[in-house]
Amino acid sequence: MTLDRRNFIKLLGGASTVAMAGVASVASAAVAAGSASEVMPKGKQRRVVVIGGGYGGTIAAKYVRMLDSTIEVVMIERNKQYVSCPFSNYYIGGLMKDLSPLTISYDKLAKNHGIKMVYADVTAIDPAAKTVTMGDGKTISYDRLIVSPGVDFRTEEIEGYNDQTSLLMPHAWKAGEQTILLRKQLEAMADGGNVIISMPLVPYRCPPGPYERASLIANYLKTNKPKSKVMLLDANADVVAKKPLFTKAWNTYYKDNMVYIPGKKVTKVDAATKTVTVEGIEDFKGDVVNFIPPQRAGRIAVAAGLVGPDKNWCPVDTVSFESKIHKDIHVIGDSAAAGAMPKSGYSANTEAKVCATNLVALMNGKETVDLSTLNVCYSAISDHESISVAFVYKVIDGKIAAVPNSGGISPVDFSTTQHEHIYAESWLKNILTEMST
Amino acid sequence: MMKWSKRILVSGVLAFSANAYAMPPTPEMLTFGCLGCHGGAGSAGPSMPTLANQSKEAIVDAMKKFKSGERPATVMGRVAKAYTDEEFALMGDFFSKQKFHVTSQTLKKADIKKGAELAKKNCSRCHMENGKEGKDEAPVMASQWLPYLQIQMELYSTEKRKMPEKMADKVKKLSKEELDAILTFYANVK
Repeated sequence: MTLDRRNFIKLLGGASTVAMAGVASVASAAVAAGSASEVMPKGKQRRVVVIGGGYGGTIAAKYVRMLDSTIEVVMIERNKQYVSCPFSNYYIGGLMKDLSPLTISYDKLAKNHGIKMVYADVTAIDPAAKTVTMGDGKTISYDRLIVSPGVDFRTEEIEGYNDQTSLLMPHAWKAGEQTILLRKQLEAMADGGNVIISMPLVPYRCPPGPYERASLIANYLKTNKPKSKVMLLDANADVVAKKPLFTKAWNTYYKDNMVYIPGKKVTKVDAATKTVTVEGIEDFKGDVVNFIPPQRAGRIAVAAGLVGPDKNWCPVDTVSFESKIHKDIHVIGDSAAAGAMPKSGYSANTEAKVCATNLVALMNGKETVDLSTLNVCYSAISDHESISVAFVYKVIDGKIAAVPNSGGISPVDFSTTQHEHIYAESWLKNILTEMST
Repeated sequence: MMKWSKRILVSGVLAFSANAYAMPPTPEMLTFGCLGCHGGAGSAGPSMPTLANQSKEAIVDAMKKFKSGERPATVMGRVAKAYTDEEFALMGDFFSKQKFHVTSQTLKKADIKKGAELAKKNCSRCHMENGKEGKDEAPVMASQWLPYLQIQMELYSTEKRKMPEKMADKVKKLSKEELDAILTFYANVK
């Protein structure tokens, strides 16, 4: 190995981490002895706590255990079951009869890899004491923490948005009850009714998601409610993902049932009258309104002060996904500002593997490895055709960037869409299997 | 496919170098990214091909042809362009060392029987040991997901994917039903 500057820093980092870890375990032992509210007091074994059991958290927990089984892993997750956001548009568009293909539980994962599950809401992180606090006030201590909480909604920026809004105007941007609610509203709508989808400015979770949703709702309307239309109000100036492919699909298949209007940033909602207002002046009223609010890092990441100057996303190191704000806390998935990587399930999956690899290296005083990640994301455009985007990422000039002269979107002649639809289904099965076994 | 002794030797070298003072990227770092689609220990199906226990030569050959565009692809052509030939070799090593993955598929029994005889007669010189081994770049076929094999045969038949000459000689003499039976036989090998 040549000892260039970067490697030298890596070695230093590794060494100082070992020293710190030693100090930390003494400190948390003291906490354990003195704190009645602590659960699962930490013994001599080093511990990684993972917050969130989604696309990022499950994989991070699993890979830490796979890479070093001497490290104890505790995963804290709110729900006993997880419903995948990727492919939930299939259900909304009537291509999936229930949510079971999207749903996983954690039993097998925990058993196969010796991950300790705690089902709780995390309300606070103390980076100095190295503890997390749960909804019931109990605390759990860690040596390193992985935060993978997905996104939260910036509803305070929307005039008229309150606790009841999402029950009348579902966002369906976190899968589960919201997904079912939107589907029910579409089914109940009379032929001739109009659907409005309002989507926020980038960055938000799943860039192609709103466009796929509009396509699959249009596909549903075309066959079942031919007099109806879906109107997609995009806050962005233009289609931000897979543009030539979505545009072609809309022009070819959905001219009669879909309208795309860019540059329409909704700033006010009135759930009672199903009305959204653009920039305070222009009203749009629908029979079904799917209002997707602007987003930021998951609530716990914001509460723990892990977000950067933009107040929305968490700046992280490009090697280990360690927070640039708090030491020994790593942030992955939608909450992380990961350079050119989109906020997608596949991004979270590969970020989790890089994070686990280098977190384990750091805990063991070993050299870290340069990042290599992927995003592979399919969107259905009808009941038998899908399109995709695929990019490989590495660190270029200190930033996570797509590898030049590679990656991209499906061919615009749609020559691969039917095969991609077949493979897309398998993507879902494989990635959920990796998360749950 | 390499003989066992040689494969073990290669594995040994890699296992040593992966941890201590490896030049980035390690085979693990490169390959973990593939597993979201292709499965951590083989594909859960129903169409994404299993790469666990695939031969190194077959993987390197496939990736090179995806990269050059010689082999038609959905996403793999775009993905392969991001890696070097050396990285393909590291990926091939990783997958070839994974345990053989047995799939569970609903298959036509009559096709399995018919396919066994046809495969033995036509394919076994390159797809050896009932498809558990492959000669040179010939891939391991055993227990592969049937929809994947069918898509590949469709690409061969429509001349979008180029067959090796010896394979083309055999395939042109077989009907679509016979080819389907052969693929079903291989998919069923445990």
